[in-house]
Amino acid sequence: MTDPAPAPATTPAPPSAATPTTTMPAPAPATRPARRRPSRRLSTLLRGGRPGVVLAAGVLTAAVVACLLAPLLWPLDQSAVDLARTRLAPSPDHLAGTDDLGRDVALRSLYGLRVSLLVGAVAALVATVIGGLVGAVAGTVGGRVDRALMRVVDTIAALPHLLLGIFIVAMLRPSLGAVVASIALTHWLSTARIVRSELLSLRSRPFIDAAVSGGAGRARVLTRHLLPHVLPRLALATTLMVPHAVWHETALSFLGLGLPPHLASIGNMINDGQRSLLTGAWWASIVPGLALVTVTLALAALTGRWRDRLDPRVRAELQL
Amino acid sequence: MTTKAPPTGPPRVRRRRLAGAGVVIRRRLLVAVPVLAATSMGMFALGAASPIDPAQQYAGAAAFTTTEENLAQLRANWGVDDPLPVQYARWVGNLLRGDLGWSTSRHEPVTSVLAARAGWTLLLVGVALALVLVASVLLGTLAAYRRGGWFDRALRSVAYAVQSMPVFWIGLAVIALFALTLGWLPAGGLTDLTATGTDPADVARHLVLPVTVLAISQAPWFVLFVRDAVAESLRDDHVLAARARGLPGRTVLFGHALRTALLPFLTLVGTHLPELVGGAVLVETVFSLPGLGAVTVQAALGADFPLLAATTLATTVVVLTANLATDLGYAAADPRVRLDD
Repeated sequence: MTDPAPAPATTPAPPSAATPTTTMPAPAPATRPARRRPSRRLSTLLRGGRPGVVLAAGVLTAAVVACLLAPLLWPLDQSAVDLARTRLAPSPDHLAGTDDLGRDVALRSLYGLRVSLLVGAVAALVATVIGGLVGAVAGTVGGRVDRALMRVVDTIAALPHLLLGIFIVAMLRPSLGAVVASIALTHWLSTARIVRSELLSLRSRPFIDAAVSGGAGRARVLTRHLLPHVLPRLALATTLMVPHAVWHETALSFLGLGLPPHLASIGNMINDGQRSLLTGAWWASIVPGLALVTVTLALAALTGRWRDRLDPRVRAELQL
Repeated sequence: MTTKAPPTGPPRVRRRRLAGAGVVIRRRLLVAVPVLAATSMGMFALGAASPIDPAQQYAGAAAFTTTEENLAQLRANWGVDDPLPVQYARWVGNLLRGDLGWSTSRHEPVTSVLAARAGWTLLLVGVALALVLVASVLLGTLAAYRRGGWFDRALRSVAYAVQSMPVFWIGLAVIALFALTLGWLPAGGLTDLTATGTDPADVARHLVLPVTVLAISQAPWFVLFVRDAVAESLRDDHVLAARARGLPGRTVLFGHALRTALLPFLTLVGTHLPELVGGAVLVETVFSLPGLGAVTVQAALGADFPLLAATTLATTVVVLTANLATDLGYAAADPRVRLDD
């Protein structure tokens, strides 16, 4: 079967010896030829997916639901200190044991996940806005501005981004805003590169020329013709960034440079748990980390699959 | 100055491989200077935006009892009320003269902090990098050889899983298992508490866990890259030709496929170095190693601008140098790459 594409029955079969330009059949008006565009809907992702993808989606859904419903499901107070029951081993009462202040580790992990994912998502959004703006300016203005902006991107990419993040937090003093700034200022680079290269390749496409010769102004070309093409890319880049943002926040919080202690993020909990670890109560550090690893892994697996669908060329490249 | 060499015999070509190295180094320096200038300016601007008053920071608890005049005197002595460009010029001038400033969190000159600790960080990063390179080349090649086989699938699953584990979490888990439960290796520090000097055997025993943890956490990226690159080059024509000539499988795999796949790997090592440094900071904190990482965290908690700026700039210099070295190595290894065009 060397037939190029399964064409609908209404279109006439092209004569075999003709050149490609002349075989272009008039498009059948009623039945549009089946477009092979990869679907981006979640249901299609899951149906054609490997069992790993389904598992990832399940884990992620369960985690999100548990995070949202945690206050209803467990009547316990996550910050309730019970000094009579410190460092208890995992048991039916406390599924993941208690920490050195007698707080339930499983429940606190859920709340920590909530904080970490929320901060990660917000920071990824901020980073996307910064990167999108820089990439859009570089890609549309071009020339000297483009070169200067890309030089800035290359410069920051050459710095160890954890060190840079630590520096930013240190100078702004540890707080929620500083953590978001630290993540956003170190993670916008890839988005800027993606948007720029996408715009550069779109700019020379015929439909843009057609729009311009049809009298569309610069703003209209940007919003009606370029933006719809860039948006899926941008959404994908943001989702791919969320796990990285979460890891960055966790690292900062673990070092004591992240969120303030009253916001129990996963990093804060792992840091707190270090004290218990040395006395043998490993669960206070390991369980929150495990929760984070499970959820970010599921998120990364899903977004990796999404990217495969959007751009099969990069499938050979690394996921995450 | 680069006249096209006539196609002569192989010895001539071999000699010309690094012909453009001088030009490249000069061009890279021309780029590196603005990069460092921009970085230092950005950091200085951030430091200036910081809400911390260096005079109060210096005075510490005494700030509550000293008079405003004394604090003002301190500020005047340090020139922190001067316009920013003046302060920046003074700081850069001092840096260029080798005076990195006074660390407010360690209460000693930044130069002596760096001198005492940079070596341990370099040792940790260097040994871990060597371990990662050897392991990833070996494992990645084996996985690529039977693509889609059980080893390939297992290796890739593990790699993806490890990639999403924070390095300090792996470190804590390893401490809990190997140091606290099994008691095989020490949980942290560089030497035993009772040790008076740095006995190499003692240090090596203390470095086993940190180096392994750092290597494991960085390995997935390298393993997956080698695996993809070798799998790609196994389909190349010259590998097919080698197979057709009847060469044994091992020779084809390591002698032909791996060799072509390794070239791009070399430059990517350079670009991945910043990640490795970040991992080292976290590993040093977990294992209480006296490297630059722990000092950096301490400096960050104390908003110690001179020390933080110095460590960040020093790391940037190291990373830029390593990138240059890998590019030169690439040119030396691949005759198709000409540096002088």
